[in-house]
Amino acid sequence: MKSLILHTATRLMIGVLVLFSLFLFFRGHDEPGGGFIGGLVGAGAFTLYAIAFGTEASRKVLRVHPITLIAIGLLSLVVSGLIPMFVAEPFLTGKWLFIEWGAFDTKLSTPLLFDIGVYLCVVGFIVTVIFSLEEE
Amino acid sequence: MDTILPIIAGAIFATGIYLLLRRSLILTIIGIILISNSVNLALFSLGRLSTENPPLIKAGSLEPLAPFANPLPQALILTAIVIGFGLLAFALALAYRSYRELGTVDQDELLEDAEDTSAAIVPRNDFKKGGDA
Amino acid sequence: MLTVVALIFIVALISPWIYKLFKEKSGWVLALLPFGSFLYLASWLPHIAAGNVVQQSTTWVSMALFEVNLAFYLDGLSLMFGMIITGIGTFIVLYGSGYLAGDAYLPRFYCAILLFMGSMLGVVLADNLISIFVFWELTSFTSFILIGFTHEQENSRRAALQALLVTGIGGLAMLAGLVLMGFASGHWEVSALLNEGDIIRNNPHYLAILILVLAGAFTKSAQFPFSFWLPGAMAAPTPVSAYLHSATMVKAGVYLLARLNPVLGSTEPWLLLVGGFGLLTLLVSAWLSLSFTDMKQILAYSTVMALGTMTMLIGLGTEMAMKGLSVYILSHAMYKGALFMVAGAVDHEAGTRDVLKLGGLRSLMPISFAAAALAAISMAGIPPLYGFIAKELVYEAALEAPLWPVLVITLAVLANIAIVAASAIVVIRPFLGTKVETPKKAHEAPLSMWIGPLSLAVLSVLFGVLPFLIDKSLMVPVASSVYGVPMDFYLSLWHGINLPLILSLVTLAGGILVYRFWDGLRESAPMKVYQNGFAMGPIRGYDGVLAGMLGLAGWQTRTIQNGLMSNYLVTILITLLIAVGYTFLTRSGIVWNPGFGNVLIQEWAISIAIITALGIMLAFGHSRLTMVIGAGVVGFGLALIYLMHGAADLAMTQVLVETLTVILVVLVLIHVPKLKDLRSTTSRVRDGVIAVAAGAMMTLLILAATAAPFDAFISEFYAEASYPLAHGRNIVNVILVDFRALDTMGEVVVVAIAGLAVYALIKMKRFGSSSDTNTGGRTSSGAASKQGESS
Repeated sequence: MKSLILHTATRLMIGVLVLFSLFLFFRGHDEPGGGFIGGLVGAGAFTLYAIAFGTEASRKVLRVHPITLIAIGLLSLVVSGLIPMFVAEPFLTGKWLFIEWGAFDTKLSTPLLFDIGVYLCVVGFIVTVIFSLEEE
Repeated sequence: MDTILPIIAGAIFATGIYLLLRRSLILTIIGIILISNSVNLALFSLGRLSTENPPLIKAGSLEPLAPFANPLPQALILTAIVIGFGLLAFALALAYRSYRELGTVDQDELLEDAEDTSAAIVPRNDFKKGGDA
Repeated sequence: MLTVVALIFIVALISPWIYKLFKEKSGWVLALLPFGSFLYLASWLPHIAAGNVVQQSTTWVSMALFEVNLAFYLDGLSLMFGMIITGIGTFIVLYGSGYLAGDAYLPRFYCAILLFMGSMLGVVLADNLISIFVFWELTSFTSFILIGFTHEQENSRRAALQALLVTGIGGLAMLAGLVLMGFASGHWEVSALLNEGDIIRNNPHYLAILILVLAGAFTKSAQFPFSFWLPGAMAAPTPVSAYLHSATMVKAGVYLLARLNPVLGSTEPWLLLVGGFGLLTLLVSAWLSLSFTDMKQILAYSTVMALGTMTMLIGLGTEMAMKGLSVYILSHAMYKGALFMVAGAVDHEAGTRDVLKLGGLRSLMPISFAAAALAAISMAGIPPLYGFIAKELVYEAALEAPLWPVLVITLAVLANIAIVAASAIVVIRPFLGTKVETPKKAHEAPLSMWIGPLSLAVLSVLFGVLPFLIDKSLMVPVASSVYGVPMDFYLSLWHGINLPLILSLVTLAGGILVYRFWDGLRESAPMKVYQNGFAMGPIRGYDGVLAGMLGLAGWQTRTIQNGLMSNYLVTILITLLIAVGYTFLTRSGIVWNPGFGNVLIQEWAISIAIITALGIMLAFGHSRLTMVIGAGVVGFGLALIYLMHGAADLAMTQVLVETLTVILVVLVLIHVPKLKDLRSTTSRVRDGVIAVAAGAMMTLLILAATAAPFDAFISEFYAEASYPLAHGRNIVNVILVDFRALDTMGEVVVVAIAGLAVYALIKMKRFGSSSDTNTGGRTSSGAASKQGESS
């Protein structure tokens, strides 16, 4: 679409939107947000970019093929389920690792990995669909 | 709101069904969107409505502030919305594809096309021939 | 024993790599596996001969209703079957390596035959009813692969399917019978059932159990009229036929009958059904064998005859019959395995197995001739071969039949006359007489192909001359376990001049006579009618049933699925409305309690907006943009409703999805032309009525459901456990990624698949752009995607 306002706004917005989607994603365990919502916002960012500059440009910004995102997402889901099985607990049991850095305490966990999988699948799915239809 | 919500859900459902029965595949798909919205709303009311607190636990406490909204239907509906979107995308792609292949989005015309090739419905019969037994 | 069975399965699965490693030597390597299993089983011989049994059990599935254990039970019967399976299996693997040498599918043969061997061993060793069934079905599946080995040929495919359908349907009936039996007695282990025979026999369902189990056994063991699949299955390569039809697959039914004899046997229905079908089968098939000239077909029908004999013996149920059965099974496995392998060797070396086109191979294939001659003498029941002892015992048992002994012995002698003639045909015609020009220049088969038949033939002589080698150690335990009561006997070649001996002489003389006039008999009109009726009749029946079923399915598909989607939908909706309406009227009653007093002003606003949007959508149905915007308004309205009721996550998701939906629909609408609704007013009114009824149903359902008491147990558990157990403060998210993660996983997978499907639908090449002449239909996307790949 040839519109100066859209182009300029999109250039500014894409970074903000991606950051916002990551923000929504990471706070998801404690505040409204999470993999689904973050993924939808992230996909929205690339959709906007595709509408403004075409899918070619949007693909370049995304760098990987969207189906790769789906694949990595599914892999994360499965891995997050398999990790507890190594300590003889049922598939998908949540395992947690608390790291205390002093100022920023970090929680690493299999549910986080799981949510990353959800995020990637949602982004990959929507971007695949939009790109495919957009390119027709 | 819990008194008026069932009526809204019913109205959306009725409209969805009516659209589902149209000839144009596009209208059918819009009908599907409405139906899934209506069902989500129904599921939401089944978890009982509450205008109170969202199901979030404030920092420092171990449980959400009662009374809080029922989190279970929310989780179910959240995935249902995304799945519904997946269904929509697939249906749209299918409609688009069938338009490109068959040149129509008219369900009745699709049938006429299918009738030309109705042989495809009958499985090929390999059993009648051959065999030395 | 679990280890042995599991090991066979594992080796089967890695056999292609073993083949890569050892190439043409892999037959000898792989044969070590069945040979080792044979030695393992043989090591139990002294233990079993002493009257003991072995039981091993590993819990597999345990439920309140019943248990499925990987339980194994070794007694005389299962030991003999196990040794036959592994012993002949050893020779078959070797034989296959010679017969299929150079065949591109040889690794596949090893894999399939070992899988089959494992399944078959499982059937005879398993103790649990359900695991017997599982192994039983595995033999059906693996034999399907084996029979259809040369899958490029239509008759192979047809024969494989025939065998699978016939034995598979019988297997399902058998499952029902076994389950009934388990519930009737409360025991799921055969070893436990053996002592509970009276409970089963006095159960009101006894007849149902019996018929269902017999359906399984008769189809598997090719009893008339289900016998047709066995000769048809001769389309398989000879190693397969030799194994399946002499030693294993078809014996599974006999095994099951023998195994269950103490449980189900010694009743009048048992005697009539098992004995009767056995007798019918043995007579019909014995003479059918004389109507063919293909060595394998002759042997196939003689196998059916042998199966009939075994079934009849089980049906008779006397002590003598059990004695005869145990000897007969072993002798048959040995001579029939040898004869099949020789038939294959002749086919392999001379290029044909039609006895009319063969002759004088004796000097060219001396070892095969020796093996064939010995085996055939055993099959004809001529002393001093083991088959003679077997036949004598069969005659003795027939003479002692509890019902109509004269009829039984007459039919048995008549059948055996034909078998004597058949034995003569398969040896004298190809090997003796003048040399005939054969399609291939015949010479002796390789070592791997004659070692099996020769060993088996020699064993037939050995056991015939020195029967004490195996009578106490194997035959007595076998007969005892079939009989259900310990027995004791010894075997000997010479019984003095008695009635069975005289009958044997009559049989022999009759057989020689029939052989002399075989050519005329085979071509005679009555024989043609006979063959047409009994060999082709059941096949025609099978074809008819199959065609009828396909016709019915086609008719039903065309009638119910007429292709008009709105018809399907209307049918589904009306059914739904009737079902729900009926429940409302008869069960719950309609609840109608809306009160509008406490509805807030913003709630009224949202509701009115949604209803207005719906109204506009219905009124301006021809404007597609209106539709999209209308759907959008409804979606955003919902988001507001969610937000007002404490569902922040939902509201966010709904808004985002709604936005993307609009984009998506518009993207498609760009390409698709407008379409006016051309339906008649009548059908619109019909649709309108259905839609209103469905909407009312939805409203009433919600009202009725919310009027019922609410149990918040699960929700409260999640709320309480969310932070302490799952370290999350957003309960909705915790439910999604932790408590109900498996659900979410399934849903995400669905979304992922939808993404791939959309990609495929949009990106794959246009169907029309490649050729669309070679396939009839343009309707299936599967066909379209194949086109896409090939172009």
